[in-house]
Amino acid sequence: MIPEFGQLALALALCLALVQGTLPLVGAALGRADWMALARPAAAGQFVFVAMAFGALVYAFLSDDFSVLFVAQHSNSALPVFYKATAAWGGHEGSMLLWIVVLAFWTMAVAAGSRSQPQEFASRVLGVLGIVSAGVIAFAFFTSNPFMRLIPAPADGNDLNPLLQDPGMIFHPPTLYMGYVGVAVPFAFAVAALLTGRLDKDWAKWTRPWTVGAWIFLTAGITLGSWWAYYELGWGGWWFWDPVENSSFMPWLMATALLHSLAVTERRGIFKSWTVLLAIAAFSLSLLGTFLTRTGVMISVHAFASDPTRGLFILALLAFFTGGSLLLYAMRARNFEAEGGFKLVSRESFLLANNVLLVVAAGVVLFGTLAPLIVEALGLGTISVGPPYFNLMFLLPALPLVALIGVGMHTGWRSMPGDALVRRLRVPAVAGVVLGIATPFVFFDTASVLTVLAVSIALWVCASSLLDPIRRLVYRTGAPLTRGQVGMHLAHFGVGIFMLGATVTSAYNMERDFSARPGDTIAAGGYEFVFKSIREVQGPNFVAEEGEFELRSSGELVALLNPQIRTYQVQGSAMTEAAIDANGLRDVFVALGEPLGEGAWSVRLRVKPLIGFLWIGSALMALGGLVAITDRRYRVAARETRQGAAQPAPGAA
Amino acid sequence: MLRYLAPLAIFVVIGVFFYIGLGRNPNNVPSPLVGKPVPTFSLPSVTNPSETVSNSALAGRVALVNVWGTWCVECRHEHAFLVELSRAGMPIFGLNVRDDRAAAIDWLDRLGNPYVSSGFDPDGIAAIDWGVTGAPETFLIGSDGTILHKHISPLTARVWQDDFLPILREHCGASDCPFLAAVGGR
Repeated sequence: MIPEFGQLALALALCLALVQGTLPLVGAALGRADWMALARPAAAGQFVFVAMAFGALVYAFLSDDFSVLFVAQHSNSALPVFYKATAAWGGHEGSMLLWIVVLAFWTMAVAAGSRSQPQEFASRVLGVLGIVSAGVIAFAFFTSNPFMRLIPAPADGNDLNPLLQDPGMIFHPPTLYMGYVGVAVPFAFAVAALLTGRLDKDWAKWTRPWTVGAWIFLTAGITLGSWWAYYELGWGGWWFWDPVENSSFMPWLMATALLHSLAVTERRGIFKSWTVLLAIAAFSLSLLGTFLTRTGVMISVHAFASDPTRGLFILALLAFFTGGSLLLYAMRARNFEAEGGFKLVSRESFLLANNVLLVVAAGVVLFGTLAPLIVEALGLGTISVGPPYFNLMFLLPALPLVALIGVGMHTGWRSMPGDALVRRLRVPAVAGVVLGIATPFVFFDTASVLTVLAVSIALWVCASSLLDPIRRLVYRTGAPLTRGQVGMHLAHFGVGIFMLGATVTSAYNMERDFSARPGDTIAAGGYEFVFKSIREVQGPNFVAEEGEFELRSSGELVALLNPQIRTYQVQGSAMTEAAIDANGLRDVFVALGEPLGEGAWSVRLRVKPLIGFLWIGSALMALGGLVAITDRRYRVAARETRQGAAQPAPGAA
Repeated sequence: MLRYLAPLAIFVVIGVFFYIGLGRNPNNVPSPLVGKPVPTFSLPSVTNPSETVSNSALAGRVALVNVWGTWCVECRHEHAFLVELSRAGMPIFGLNVRDDRAAAIDWLDRLGNPYVSSGFDPDGIAAIDWGVTGAPETFLIGSDGTILHKHISPLTARVWQDDFLPILREHCGASDCPFLAAVGGR
C-alpha cells in the first residue's frame, strides 16, 4: 500500500504545483491579492506531498519491497542499510524524484525568504517555480514512475550498481542536485523581472544570495563528484570531460558569471539584460544536463536511462522553459537598457571580461560536448571529442580569466587611475612570477613554459587575494573588510590554490605499472613499495582480493596500504578499490590490476603531488560563497524592505 | 529588437539538433547493418603492424567485434568482462579507433588482451564503414559473415545474458560455437 500512497502523494503534489504555477501569476497580472496569496500555501502543500512521496520510496527500499520495480532493479536484501536508503537515487526514476524534492525545498525557502518583497513580485517568482515543478513532476509521473509494481515480485533484487556503493553516493547526488536545481531560483527571479518589466538594484540584491547559495552547492557537489571519481573509480584521474561531468560544469560556469554580473547590476544598475540572459542560460544548461544524462543521447558512464519518450518530454520542457523565457526576453529586455558608463580601468571592465571569458569557457565545453551529436545529425559521420580538445581549448579562456582576477578585485568602481593600480599590485605580481618560475625547478627539477605560466598565475592570484586581508590584519590600515569582501578574497584565494593543484598534479604525477609478486619491493617516485601479501576477504555483498603494501620512504615506514579487487556477487561485476595515502602535499595511490598468473599481479602505483589542493581550493571557493552570503547588507536590505512595506512602496502597486 | 532575438535563434538551432539527435539515437534505432554482411575491411594489427586483420579472420566463425580506444572511459568498464569472455573461449576481435598505438599496446599489456587481434584504425576510416557511433560498441558476427547484433555502450554480464545469448543459442549449429557452454549458453 505504501508505494501507492507515494504515487498518490506525487499526483497531489502535481495538482498543487499546477495551482502554484497558474493562479498567483494570473493574480499578479490582474492585481488580485487573494489569488497571489495562494502561492505560499500551495508551495508548502506541494513540499509536504513531495516529501511524503520520497519517504514512501525510501521506505520501500528499507523494507526490501521488491514488488516495486525500481527497488528490485536497484537494491538487494544483502545491501548495507545506508546504501539501501541512498539507492533511492541510484537510478533514473529515483533521481528525478530527488530533483523534485530539492526543487520543492528551494521553493519553500524562497517562499519564506521573500516575505519582505512586494507581493506581486514574490508571487510571480513562486508562480514560475510552480510551473517548473509541475513540468518536472509531470515528467516523473508520466514517464518515470518510481512506484511501478513488479508482479510477481522477485525473491531478491538486482543490487545497486557497485560503482554507487560508496559513501560518496550519500553526499554527492543530493549536494549536486541542490546546486543544479537551485539555479531555478535565479531563473524564476529573472522571468519574474521580465514579466514585471522592472529590474532594479533591489532585484539584484534579492537575487544575489540565492544565486550564491545555488553556486555553493554546485561547487561542493562537483568537487565531491570529482573526489569520488578519483578515489572510487580507481583510475587516478579527477576530471574526465565526460558529458555528464560537463553538464554539471556548464551551469557552474554560467552561475559563476551570473553572480559576478549581479554584482555590477547591484552596485551600478547596469548589465541588466545580460544578467537576465545569464540566469536563463544557467538554468537552461542545467535542464540540458538532465536531457543529456537522462535520454541516452550521449553515451556515458552516468547515463542510466535511455528512452525516446523521456527524451522527447525533456526536450519539450527545455523548449518550453528556455524558448519561452528567451521569447519573453526578446519582447521585454529593451526596457532594461540603462544609463551609466565606466572607464577602461574599472571594476566594471574586469567583471565584463570575467563574464565574457566564463561564457566563452562554457561555450567551449558546450561545443565539445555537443559536437558529436551535431556532426552526426548533419550526416557527416561520427567524431569523438576527448580530453585533448578540452584540455587545450579550456585553457585558452581559463588562463586569462584567472590572471585577471588578481587585478580585477583591486580596481574601483567606475574608474581607477592606472598608476595607483600598478603601485598596489607590483609586489604580488613580482612575487607570483618569481615563485612561479622558482617553485617548479626547486621541487621538480624540470618545467615546461605552460607549467611556469600556470603556476605563476596561480601564485599571483593567491598573493593578490591576500593583499587586503594582510593590510587589514597585519598593518591595521584601510577600511574594515565586509563579509562580502572577505568571502570574495577567500574564494579567489581558493581559485589560485585549485589552479596550483591542477597544474602541479597534471605536470608532475608519477604513473607506473608493475608486475609484482608478494615479497617484491618496488622503487618508484622516491618511495619503496613492499608487496607483503594478498588474501581473500569477505564483505557484506562482495568477496575481495586484498593486497597489503608497505609504503616506505628511505626505509622508514610511512603507511600501510590495502588495495582491493572486489567481486560483487549479485551482479558478478568486479571493482577496483584503490588504497590512497594522502598527506596534503601528495597522494600515494596503489591499485591492484589483473592477476597475471603464477602469483604475480599487475600493480598500479601513482604519486600525485598537490592533488589535495584541488579539493582544498574548491572548498575555499564554497566557503568564500558561504561567508559572502551572510553579508550584512542582505539582512539589512530585507529589514528595510520589511519596514518600507508598511507604506505603499512604489513597486508594489 | 533583433539583437534581443539572437539568443532565442541560437537556442532554436540547438534545439533542432537535439530533436534530430533524439530521433537518431543509436540506442533505439537498430543499426542498418544488422542482417547485412560484414563490411570489407583490412587494417594493420595494433600489436604487430606487419600483420593484417581483415574479413578473412572472421570467415566461417562466430565472433565478436568490439570497438575500443584508450580514450574511451566506458571501454575500461567493460574490459574485465571481455577478458572473462575470451578466457571462456569466445573469439573477440578488436577495432581500435582513433587511438595512439603505444597507448593501445600499453592498455592491453596492463589490463589483459581479450582480443584474437585488434585492427588499428587511427583515423576512424573503417569505423565509418562499420557505422560506429562511439565506443564501446560490440557486434556479434555469425558464421556466415552477417552481423547478427549490435550493442552500443559497455558490454556487461547482464547485456550478455539478455541480448547476446538468446541470439547465440538460436544461431549456433552443432559445431560452430564450441564455446557456447562456457560463456553461459547451455
